[in-house]
Amino acid sequence: MSLKRAALFDTHQKLGAKIVTFAGYEMPLRYTSDIEEHQTVRKGVGVFDVSHMGEFVLTGPHALDLIQYVTTNDAASLYDGKVQYSCLPNGKGGIVDDLLVYRINKESYMLVVNASNIDKDWAWISSYNKWGVQMENISDDVSLFAVQGPQAAAALQSLTSVDLHNMEYYTFKRTKFAGVDNIIISATGYTGSGGFEIYVPNSHALHVWRHIFEAGKTYDIKPVGLAARDTLRLEMGFCLYGNDIDDTTSPIEAGLSWITKFNKDFIDKPLLEKQKNEGTARKLVGFQMLERGIPRAHYTLHNQAGEIVGEVTSGTQSPSLGVGIGLGYVQTSYSKAGTTVFVAVRDKKIPAQIVKLPFYKKG
Amino acid sequence: MNIPQDLHYTKDHEWIRYEGDIAVVGITDFAQGELGDIVYVDVNTVGSEVKAGDVFGTVEAVKTTSDLFMPVDGEVLEVNESLNSNPEQVNNDPYGNGWIVKIRPTGGGKENLIDAAAYGALVGA
Repeated sequence: MSLKRAALFDTHQKLGAKIVTFAGYEMPLRYTSDIEEHQTVRKGVGVFDVSHMGEFVLTGPHALDLIQYVTTNDAASLYDGKVQYSCLPNGKGGIVDDLLVYRINKESYMLVVNASNIDKDWAWISSYNKWGVQMENISDDVSLFAVQGPQAAAALQSLTSVDLHNMEYYTFKRTKFAGVDNIIISATGYTGSGGFEIYVPNSHALHVWRHIFEAGKTYDIKPVGLAARDTLRLEMGFCLYGNDIDDTTSPIEAGLSWITKFNKDFIDKPLLEKQKNEGTARKLVGFQMLERGIPRAHYTLHNQAGEIVGEVTSGTQSPSLGVGIGLGYVQTSYSKAGTTVFVAVRDKKIPAQIVKLPFYKKG
Repeated sequence: MNIPQDLHYTKDHEWIRYEGDIAVVGITDFAQGELGDIVYVDVNTVGSEVKAGDVFGTVEAVKTTSDLFMPVDGEVLEVNESLNSNPEQVNNDPYGNGWIVKIRPTGGGKENLIDAAAYGALVGA
């Protein structure tokens, strides 16, 4: 297998990044310290290169019909410039991928998917394209920079005439940015600290990256790696495909009922509607360690009697809270906030409490 | 990357420094860089004899966890208590204040140690 590299691979190396292979892409894991980079985003502004993400453009009079059928959320509620979080059910109650749906206009949409699932998603969506919707995979031509943190709007404002401070969450504009036309500025992110995701053609990636850092200099803007991206999203309780959701977990179990709309027809609608009405045997929950210990994916979760009642799907030491936090599936009777469960960490069972998400609350 | 000449190393990225009858053990600069920010070190073998290559503890970083392997046969005498409040010493000073345990070597298991040059070659330094 040949590894793909972000257009800015050399730039990241010069910045001293430790590079890891993620979903077949060589991407920056960290530049200095995971904790420092995490705090940069929580308190100031940081930039992630997430160019490995995939982008599909669907065009034609029936683009919406295709999207409505393959996704769980109601894309008919979108308007031009609006973004929606959604997922692709897999026909067996599981999830092919989670994604963002951008409405460019009523006959043109952009889907943003996980790097590890680009080929799988493409094949899956194509297999349902009985409407002759024109599909284009632009993943290899687009770089994506996530500029995140409370200072993101201030740091970027000099690069665009769009009023960044007043952009609504989950909206986007296609506009001139850093002197380049047709850049998508999206008020979205995966950190819980606000900010923007900037979609740039690879040919202009280095130019835009440099201008972002130049413009953000007075705000002490810094590059941030994928390690901090994971701790930031986990503090918010955001699902990561491959960890917390996958082909064996349903959106209802995963707490994604809020993006599963039954006012339209879609793959797995009857199955998911039944789950929503009757409940599920297990649920994805957040838990916080009550004693020193860090939960990790695949550690088992136990009740007081020592019986296995669930499994960890993601875990870390929360840089903001200074304690171990995790997500995992538990039997529904153990899913209520306040319930104590025990995480098997090597030879110990360490108590943890089920908590409401997010773990991290602003301020 | 810092690989002091006067230490011995394991292929599992521990270092050992002999000081008379006892020896000090830690993880290498390369290892701390791979692990990222270290949150704490768990050693539950103090007072026990541990064979070379066996696990004597665990290091927990933000992103990952990694076992610690005994470089030579020996008794674990003491863990670096200052790491409880300042685990980042393992990142900032892996061969000094970031030492992890003191051991009393019992003589066996030295054949797998490598010198600084060999360790440097192993990690591509």
